Amino acid sequence: MTNLSPTAAGPVGGRPARKGAATRHGRARSRAGALFVSPYVLFLLVVFAVPLAYTLWISVHRFYFTAPGTHVDSPWVGLSNYRDVFTDPVVGRAFLNIGVFLVINVPLTVLLSLVLAAALNAKIRFRAFFRAAYYLPYITASVALVAVWQFLFGTDGFVNNVLGSHAPDPSWLVNSHLAMPMIALFVTWKQLGFFVMLYLAALQNVGRELYEAASVDGAGRVRQFFSVTVPGVRPATTLVVIYAIITGANLFSEPYLLTGGGGPDHASTSPVLLMYQKGIEQGHPDFAAALGVVLVGFVLVISLAARKLTERGN
Amino acid sequence: MLRRTAYALLVLALAGTATACGRSAPDPEAAATARGPITVWLSNNAQEVAWGEKMIAAWNKSHPGEHVKAQQIPAGKTSEEAISASIIAGTSACLVFNTAPASVPTFEKQNGLVPLSEFPDGDAYIQERGGALTDQYRSPDGKFYQLPWKSNPVMILYNKKIFEKAGLDPEHPRLATYDQFLETSRTLVRSGAAKAAIWPAPSSEFFQSWFDFYPAFAAESGGRQLVEDGKPQFDSPAGRRAAAFWRTLYAEKLAPQELYPGDALNDGKAAMATVGPWAVSAYKDSVDIGVVPVPTSTGKPPEDTYSFGDEKSAAMFSACRNRATAWDLLKFATSAQQDGEFLDETGQMPMREDLTARYPAFFTKNPLYKTFARQAERIVEVPNVPGSVDIWQAFRDAWTKSVVFGDESTDTALRKASDKITKLLDEYGDPA
Repeated sequence: MTNLSPTAAGPVGGRPARKGAATRHGRARSRAGALFVSPYVLFLLVVFAVPLAYTLWISVHRFYFTAPGTHVDSPWVGLSNYRDVFTDPVVGRAFLNIGVFLVINVPLTVLLSLVLAAALNAKIRFRAFFRAAYYLPYITASVALVAVWQFLFGTDGFVNNVLGSHAPDPSWLVNSHLAMPMIALFVTWKQLGFFVMLYLAALQNVGRELYEAASVDGAGRVRQFFSVTVPGVRPATTLVVIYAIITGANLFSEPYLLTGGGGPDHASTSPVLLMYQKGIEQGHPDFAAALGVVLVGFVLVISLAARKLTERGN
Repeated sequence: MLRRTAYALLVLALAGTATACGRSAPDPEAAATARGPITVWLSNNAQEVAWGEKMIAAWNKSHPGEHVKAQQIPAGKTSEEAISASIIAGTSACLVFNTAPASVPTFEKQNGLVPLSEFPDGDAYIQERGGALTDQYRSPDGKFYQLPWKSNPVMILYNKKIFEKAGLDPEHPRLATYDQFLETSRTLVRSGAAKAAIWPAPSSEFFQSWFDFYPAFAAESGGRQLVEDGKPQFDSPAGRRAAAFWRTLYAEKLAPQELYPGDALNDGKAAMATVGPWAVSAYKDSVDIGVVPVPTSTGKPPEDTYSFGDEKSAAMFSACRNRATAWDLLKFATSAQQDGEFLDETGQMPMREDLTARYPAFFTKNPLYKTFARQAERIVEVPNVPGSVDIWQAFRDAWTKSVVFGDESTDTALRKASDKITKLLDEYGDPA
């Protein structure tokens, strides 16, 4: 029988002393925690919070960058910059492009990375080689990969030479209907290795006994995949979807490099590329700031909706 | 103790950040007469750097108390972006010998430039050196914020070997009229001698129109700028003819719609290119080149043909603390002797009147440059108006949509671009 007497638990009179020691210990731990956390808090303040607040301020003023020591009025303009953003047809096109990108990229990323992760989780030959091969594009510089894709999908590229008279005209990267889907495919391929790794990690937590039980119940490989693997990695799917949305909505390098600055005729312009063109190239940081704020809102809404959707039924 | 350390670290970091972000500017009145060491930026063109280093060595030898240091313009997508960033940070050099006139209005708006007209001999020196051509470089307030330094008048360079391969006469190419140019282009491409007749960048950066539409428009219109007297000029018969000419080149696939990842003329992929005299030395070891004026619908004689000047100015920046030294160096670097040495080293044309008479030995020795020197007497520059970059971007958007990709008729696109640019000019004229 378990002894629950005061003696066994320790003398009652000893409690305040131990509580004081615990409190002191807790405070020391809390200070140590504060010390360890402070660099990141500082990082967040300097790199994220202050610029975000400054961006909000710029977005409601008529503002441009000037040389130091010169006083230039930055009058309050209310929502005027936002009105300019919402009435600019190129902005509309940029968000439409991102919509096209996400519709192609996100489902494809989830599907391919999950299937590949499941395959690479099984005992297959050359497993280590395949894991490294899928990860390689992710750690390779975009500039180098873009050169490869231009070689493949240029007007005189490898793919068009194979297709011959069936090649699209204008070619892939300068075709207003194909430019954005090509970017979506490029990004999917480039980032696949990272998402495969996420799923591989998640798959380690799916118990073998679940597969054995399903097998005993007569489930084949496909049935096991949909009934065990897919529900088993649902939290990872939420992470993959949200991460893919955030990186996709912040697309810059690919339209900048692969389609020559968002061409043809803005068919692959992204909001971030537009922010760069308006804010840096054309000297309208106020417009770019308003567009940035709109983009943050857009990403938040889409990410929250995706989270609700992927976590439904949990 | 730990908490105090954490607070101290936080305060130190914030103070460091604030100091790093702190910006100061020289007092303009004191700086105007101050003398002392300065820094100048040169472009990264190898020949220009070689000239610049020699010029500065000569200056430093005779001015030991006013030492000048030369650097190349910091790397960026374009020099203009790097210069703009340096203005904002207050770190620009005193002088930049590669300032694009199209960016001058932006730099002015940023209060990044020193008005050269405010030096006692400022206007007189600039006008005496450059003659009548300098008027295009005055800002709307009547002041010079740039010294027109050198031009690279755009002409048609062609690869003689490719012409020969296509069965064309490389010494007398038929490229004067639009019809001749198109016929020659068809022969070049259909014979398989070259992948493209001509391959300008079809991409949508605002400055790309300076190397396709603008030279053609300058030639066809007899020397009109894109905007004159506050009004766009290109929605005109001359503008429409130039646009239709280029549309035919793209529609018949004589000019590709895709950006070439390199130098198409140098690689033998294109038979022709629209470039300035800098290209002569760049291609001398790889391509046997010939040069002709930009075509016009009627084939104007070379002595009546205008083109885009692709001029680059020298400008003084407001971060400069020793402006008297900078102004003296600017005059030294653009003196008749240094201009001659610049011409000799780079083949680019100093913005001086009567170049061929002033430097006869050079042009006798280098006859190909003489054609460019004559063209330099009839050049058109980008208009010096507020919102210049926005205006060129609006034009470029219309150009890629209609001329490059044929998604809209060229006449409609020019009309819409003209309306949009008129609105932009109104907005910049009345920013409220």
